[in-house]
Amino acid sequence: MLIREIKDILEAKVLCGEDLLDTEVKSACGSDLMSDVLAFVKEQSVLLTGLMNPQVVRTADMMDMRCIVFVRGKEPEQSVVELARQRDIVMMTTAQRMFVACGKLYSAGLVGNS
Amino acid sequence: MEKLKLHYDVDGEDFTSAGEASTDVKRVLRRLGFDSDTMRRVAICMYEGEINLVIHGGGGVADVEVDENEIVIVLVDHGPGIPDVEQAMQEGWSTASQTVRELGFGAGMGLPNMKRYSDEIAIESTVGEGTTVTMKIRPAG
Repeated sequence: MLIREIKDILEAKVLCGEDLLDTEVKSACGSDLMSDVLAFVKEQSVLLTGLMNPQVVRTADMMDMRCIVFVRGKEPEQSVVELARQRDIVMMTTAQRMFVACGKLYSAGLVGNS
Repeated sequence: MEKLKLHYDVDGEDFTSAGEASTDVKRVLRRLGFDSDTMRRVAICMYEGEINLVIHGGGGVADVEVDENEIVIVLVDHGPGIPDVEQAMQEGWSTASQTVRELGFGAGMGLPNMKRYSDEIAIESTVGEGTTVTMKIRPAG
């Protein structure tokens, strides 16, 4: 799936990385606990979360993730967006709640990989 | 490869900048041509360690030595120390504050994660004096 399709499925607003929307991603995870992302994530390239601090970007960066989606309509401070921009990570926000956002992407073929 | 030594001071007051040293280590390993699995393992160990320095240790120093066979990370703080290291190694055990938990950490996964992703880990801690964590990560193959 292309990141552009995630944007369309979740009717999301892109906060940075507009030029990277044609990047292919295969799997995703949803979590508000960054230590769990570090513990259990393997090759997932999309992170859905309700957390908005800089550590979300750093965690994604450590795990080589390509896209962060904020759920429940959350928008982080500009400095957090800038951190993602510097790391070539696409950042977007959707009004969908976590469960629904994950469900929609899973139904569309994005898997979880355990 | 000649042994490369990196040194970082980790600010104990600033949670927002926690992870900068880990980002730099990962960048150095990428430049040196390490495989992505090794880079990720080192980055996770270093990052969890850095978070611990900030949220528990009141800041500290991180020293990293890199050669092609092994990456050694040594984290030193002069914080309160860990009374029971065995207990601290258990998943879910945490003394972190509610504030730290709201930031997505402090769930008792830090030390277990560091153990999970390193080949060797040694923790020396004295209550009232501080903690030294040494981790060794060896590239596969």
